[in-house]
Amino acid sequence: MSLLSIEAEASRGAPALPSRETLTRAALAIAAGAAWLVFAVITETWPDAGEWGRGPELARATGGFGGALILAGLFGGFFPRVAARVRRYTPWLLALGLVFILWQLTTAKLAMLPQPFFPPPHALVEVFVDDWPKLWESVVASIRLELLGFLAGAVAGFLVGVSLGWSRAFGYWVHPVMRLIGPMPSIAWLPIAFFAFPSSFSASIFLIGLTTGFPVAVLTWSGVASVNSAYYDVARTLGASRAFLIFKVAIPAALPHVFVGLFMGLGASFAVLVTAEMMGVKAGLGFYLQWAQGWASYANMYAALLVMSLMCSGLITLLFRLRDRLLSWQKAEVQW
Amino acid sequence: MVSLAHKISIAPGPSKVPGVEIAIKDVSHRFDLEGAPLPVLDRVNFTAQRGEFVALLGPSGCGKSTLLRLVAGLEPPTQGAITSNGALIAGPDPSRVVVFQDPTLFPWRNVRDNVALGLEAQGLLKQRGARIDETLALVGLEAFAKAFPHQLSGGMAQRVALARALVNDPELLILDEPLGKLDSLTRLSMQGEIVNLWRRSGFTVLLVTHDVEEALLMATRVIVFSERPATIKADIAIDQPYPRHRDDPDLVAQRRNILGLLGLDGSW
Repeated sequence: MSLLSIEAEASRGAPALPSRETLTRAALAIAAGAAWLVFAVITETWPDAGEWGRGPELARATGGFGGALILAGLFGGFFPRVAARVRRYTPWLLALGLVFILWQLTTAKLAMLPQPFFPPPHALVEVFVDDWPKLWESVVASIRLELLGFLAGAVAGFLVGVSLGWSRAFGYWVHPVMRLIGPMPSIAWLPIAFFAFPSSFSASIFLIGLTTGFPVAVLTWSGVASVNSAYYDVARTLGASRAFLIFKVAIPAALPHVFVGLFMGLGASFAVLVTAEMMGVKAGLGFYLQWAQGWASYANMYAALLVMSLMCSGLITLLFRLRDRLLSWQKAEVQW
Repeated sequence: MVSLAHKISIAPGPSKVPGVEIAIKDVSHRFDLEGAPLPVLDRVNFTAQRGEFVALLGPSGCGKSTLLRLVAGLEPPTQGAITSNGALIAGPDPSRVVVFQDPTLFPWRNVRDNVALGLEAQGLLKQRGARIDETLALVGLEAFAKAFPHQLSGGMAQRVALARALVNDPELLILDEPLGKLDSLTRLSMQGEIVNLWRRSGFTVLLVTHDVEEALLMATRVIVFSERPATIKADIAIDQPYPRHRDDPDLVAQRRNILGLLGLDGSW
């Protein structure tokens, strides 16, 4: 970015005057850096209206970051590769810097937002620095529960869906049951599940599995049912057995549908995960949130929310990666 | 396309397989449309000799494609019997393969894996896997082995479908308007390719088409069907040597004759 076209133009023998576009890019990076510097200065020098820790550390980190951005704006021309990478993010970095200034002013400095419900940025830093073992433990517990429930539900839903699409007798018995139970929010089972299962952990796996399983089953079923019958004709004339028709024709053809179901199931299962953790399971981010609220530690709540959003987004990303790998024969419609 | 035809003449040919005799005996067929039976075939009788290339011509929707499905064993006829070398056809068999109007390649398999489909389904991949690349070369697509169907043109996709059929060394090749959706240039070159393949291998061919010229250029025998329910209107032997030319006076006369049978003598 920045003065990066200097090199190119100089090599062409033209005078080293950066283009207007280059100047704008450099200015953007410098502005973003300045915003972060201002944030650092405000954080460090303006006395807080209350008691919050880790202000100086945050000021140092953001100050260093702002300085680095300004340097990138000034000298990015000498490192075109790095500059090209940074350039993508400068508008966001500028916006974030401004939002952080606003956040800092309205909370710690001017106390315009009601306290203690809106802690300042360095209060969150304090949580991450001081309470990370507990947060980490919660993330691990949540991911474990989520994955166990999701996998159980996905496998069960997939099997039910394929069987519904393939076997009339299976459909006769299972379809009515699925119509009755499927659309109901799984959370409604919560009071029963917690005493019907040996532990709240296994009860939660059941609830998450139920939530995931329903959309996976319906979409897999519709996927298998909508397979072009010409595919079966082709396979049959080539000598395909029944098993071949199921595993090599119906299932691969239905896979795009299955993934829609998996995405719906995963999204819905997060809600059940958090609820189950708040209601019964004494571990995980949902539990952490509730525990923090009980102690009125609002900074911990925001920190946990941030971690939770990263976790959910990360799991969705993993599912997208899996889809891109398994369905590489399709032209990808959505880039996550 | 010219270079492709050349390629076919030097590529290793399909293994020499004896064609089968297909006898269609008094076959009638009905569809059940919302409770009302719809007759599509009415007492059809003919026998395709070993190695014969029989074209079935008829107006659109007359039931010729249905007849092919019955011969392929995809459905049993309502009445009558179809035999292959005297044995009753009771279900699909890889010795009788179909090329449909749509290539119906499996989009999740690349070209090579699509061609491998039949051998894989029959558990012959290990023994006869080498045939896959041979057959791909035969249709001039060895360079596209790793391509996926959505990357192919219509003509290329139909060539893959042809290779997918030929790799099984069929005794009967059933062609259900395989060139119907191709552009006219691709169509012409593929007509020649199919005839070459058939002449070099010896299988029996049943071709459904509603292109009179295509039938006359390719087949040794043309059977003309009536409107639905289809009955046989005419059974014409075409004794011209190959390669045939569309301007050949005998073929032009035959075309006029057949168009007349189809009720189109006024046109063209």
